[in-house]
Amino acid sequence: VCAVRQVALCQLVHTTAILFTMSSAIMASNAKLETAPFDPRFPNQNQTKYCYQSFVDYHRCQKIKGEDYEPCNYFKKVFSSICPNAWIENWNDQLESGIFPGKI
Amino acid sequence: MPTWGCLGLQDSASPLMEQLTYFHDHTMFILILITTLVGYILINSALNSLINRFLLENQEIEIIWTILPAIILIFIAMPSLRLLYLLDETNNSSVTIKTIGHQWYWSYEYSDFLDIEFDSFMAPYNMDSNLRLLDVDNRIPIPLNTQIRLIISAADVIHSWTIPSLGVKADAIPGRLNQVSFLLNRPGLFYGQCSEICGANHSFMPILIESISVDSFLNWVSSNS
Repeated sequence: VCAVRQVALCQLVHTTAILFTMSSAIMASNAKLETAPFDPRFPNQNQTKYCYQSFVDYHRCQKIKGEDYEPCNYFKKVFSSICPNAWIENWNDQLESGIFPGKI
Repeated sequence: MPTWGCLGLQDSASPLMEQLTYFHDHTMFILILITTLVGYILINSALNSLINRFLLENQEIEIIWTILPAIILIFIAMPSLRLLYLLDETNNSSVTIKTIGHQWYWSYEYSDFLDIEFDSFMAPYNMDSNLRLLDVDNRIPIPLNTQIRLIISAADVIHSWTIPSLGVKADAIPGRLNQVSFLLNRPGLFYGQCSEICGANHSFMPILIESISVDSFLNWVSSNS
């Protein structure tokens, strides 16, 4: 990259530029990667309950606090990440038909 | 991926698998030493035409060959237990990927961002350009050096999701979500195959992970949402 003349200065600038963009890129990238956090209620391999509980908690939260209550979306984020989409669609259909087996 | 004549474990792609490989090599070394020693003594005794008529009691050697194996076992048990607990540590994952086994393909869902879903079928064998029984049409992109949580389930019968170079294997059971956690520490392609009999095409539903930089992964996510 650096031409033969003024190599040292050129390399210094180039390296600093790379490090700066790398570190800001890494910081920016890692900041964007976020998912359902570890829940100590479900520490083991079987996460079925985590999915189901988050889904149920989201709807209970909405029922108690109203549709526009923002913090309920934490549960929504969790179950969207953890539960298979087929399960979510199935449960949503059941909720609409009024045959969802859980207590909301 | 395994190459022809591959006898041992595949090269590791995650720190835990690296530790598992080291433990395997450490234990195998001890076992080979013991086997060689016993084999040598056996052969030597068998080919020896002399008889010791006064071979009785031998308290000293009995004590030695009781204590020495106990010490060897301790040398094996200590790294084993360390690794056992290391594998069990809880991790704060940055990305969650869901994989659902079907007859006879895997489907993947990335729901942390906007929902991305795709199916991954085995690619038909093309002698010049792909690996028979291992290549797929859609690979699974996974960011490097990021703790990944993988949720494994199935839609019909029991399958099993595995990648040997990550030391990860878990059954995909309908109605259940199994979680595994891993971190990829080098870029590349890592192969696996369905590991639970699931019907006629059980041997023909491979898994292929593509380990890419975080930026490439974010580009892929934004281009696929």
